[in-house]
Amino acid sequence: MKARIALVLGSVSAAFVALTLASPRVIAADKVDPAADAKAFQNFFFQKFPDVKREDFVNGPYSMNADMKRQWQEKEEFPPYEFALDAGKEMFATPFKNGKSYADCFPNGGIGIRQNYPYFDEKEGKVVTLELALNRCREANGEAPYSYVKDEMASLTAYMAFTSRGKPMDIRIPDDPRALAAFENGKRYFYTRRGQMNFSCASCHVQSPGERIRAEILAPALGILNAMPIYRSEWSGMGTTSRRFVTCNSQTRAVPLEPQADEYRDVEYFLSYVANGLPISGPGARP
Amino acid sequence: MASSIRVRATSNGDITEVQTLIQHPMDTGLVKDAKGELIPAHFIQQLTFECNGKDVFVADWGTAVSKDPYVKFSFKGARKGDDLKISWTDNKGGSDTITAKIA
Amino acid sequence: MKRSLPLAMLLALSLAPAASAANEADYKAAYAAAEAASREAAGMRNQWTVTVSALAAAKRAADGGDFDRATTAAKEAEALAKASIFQAMSEKEAWKAMEIR
Repeated sequence: MKARIALVLGSVSAAFVALTLASPRVIAADKVDPAADAKAFQNFFFQKFPDVKREDFVNGPYSMNADMKRQWQEKEEFPPYEFALDAGKEMFATPFKNGKSYADCFPNGGIGIRQNYPYFDEKEGKVVTLELALNRCREANGEAPYSYVKDEMASLTAYMAFTSRGKPMDIRIPDDPRALAAFENGKRYFYTRRGQMNFSCASCHVQSPGERIRAEILAPALGILNAMPIYRSEWSGMGTTSRRFVTCNSQTRAVPLEPQADEYRDVEYFLSYVANGLPISGPGARP
Repeated sequence: MASSIRVRATSNGDITEVQTLIQHPMDTGLVKDAKGELIPAHFIQQLTFECNGKDVFVADWGTAVSKDPYVKFSFKGARKGDDLKISWTDNKGGSDTITAKIA
Repeated sequence: MKRSLPLAMLLALSLAPAASAANEADYKAAYAAAEAASREAAGMRNQWTVTVSALAAAKRAADGGDFDRATTAAKEAEALAKASIFQAMSEKEAWKAMEIR
């Protein structure tokens, strides 16, 4: 409750501050510098939480609360995402009706490559996420695409994430103005307030990690996608990155965009890039 | 068909620690589907762990237990290599059973 | 004044004065205005869920013949839509204040 009042007050005063600063101060027409942004982003969290080991940030709220971490570690011996993971492994190995399989669409047969997603496709001029790539693979082989927010997609990405566990996030931004624009667009989306509640992603995950929103402990934004997809106790099931973006939007009372909308692809690009170097921990389990 | 029961039983001296994860919808009967119709209650009613001919853990469940339940407990009197039999029955007449060796 | 518009909106909505009996024409005018603002917000990809539900509530009330409630809901929808437009416009620059640099 207190946190919510603080956030509302914070948002009102931030709006005040923003509006007073916006006009006279010249916000330099900056050259987009993702490397500098990533460094600043990581340092912000390393300094804010000096006792948290760097790799630990990918564990979200568990890096912020010792008691929750202990309970989670116990559950990891027998994790709730196990069923989705097994299903995903089976789905991945099952050929399409035309005889081809997912392995034919991806480098290294789709094994151990999750940390390279999203990537910027220079032919298309857009960011391509893992979920998008999986559905394109399906469609290219005559299969119907999966819903981005349901279990089948989550099972597939759970398996692919698992094959990359421990590998450092490794997102590339080519020296292409469109890629830089996509990064910047994602960054802007992340910091923009939306919904009647007037929260941006940063309101919770930059201003208040480790604090509570109602009964939940907030995760830090650093490495927040490294554990995707996640089994959420709240959902009694698995959720994809798309599902999380959509529900975060509606929770702040903003009408969500379509899964894999440009903005979502770009914010996934931004958040993944600034977590470069931090290990993939997916699939994950969250409250 | 793969079993719905996953189990890990480890012996630590006199004490055996058991962890189990069971795949089951555990529907309460209070939730509506996309069409607005109630999804009928479908939940495990009894869960039994048996070792060396004796019941070591018996649970009577209802709708308050969540989907894909996880159980962890310890008991005395078993040794490495003993068989642990786990079975459940649900309100729709469904059931499953598995036997695992204590490691 | 502009800065406190969202705050003023919130206050206005909670202190809504009792309107004199509205008729169908009042409702239609209010609904049209609300719908226009809502469409603009949607076009900016910054629609609020509460705007959509207020509009729906207005329509439902009007279909049931309660033009008082319908008009109030429509006016609320318009206010919410306009607040969301204001939010989108001001956030174009305001987001930079939150950025980690």
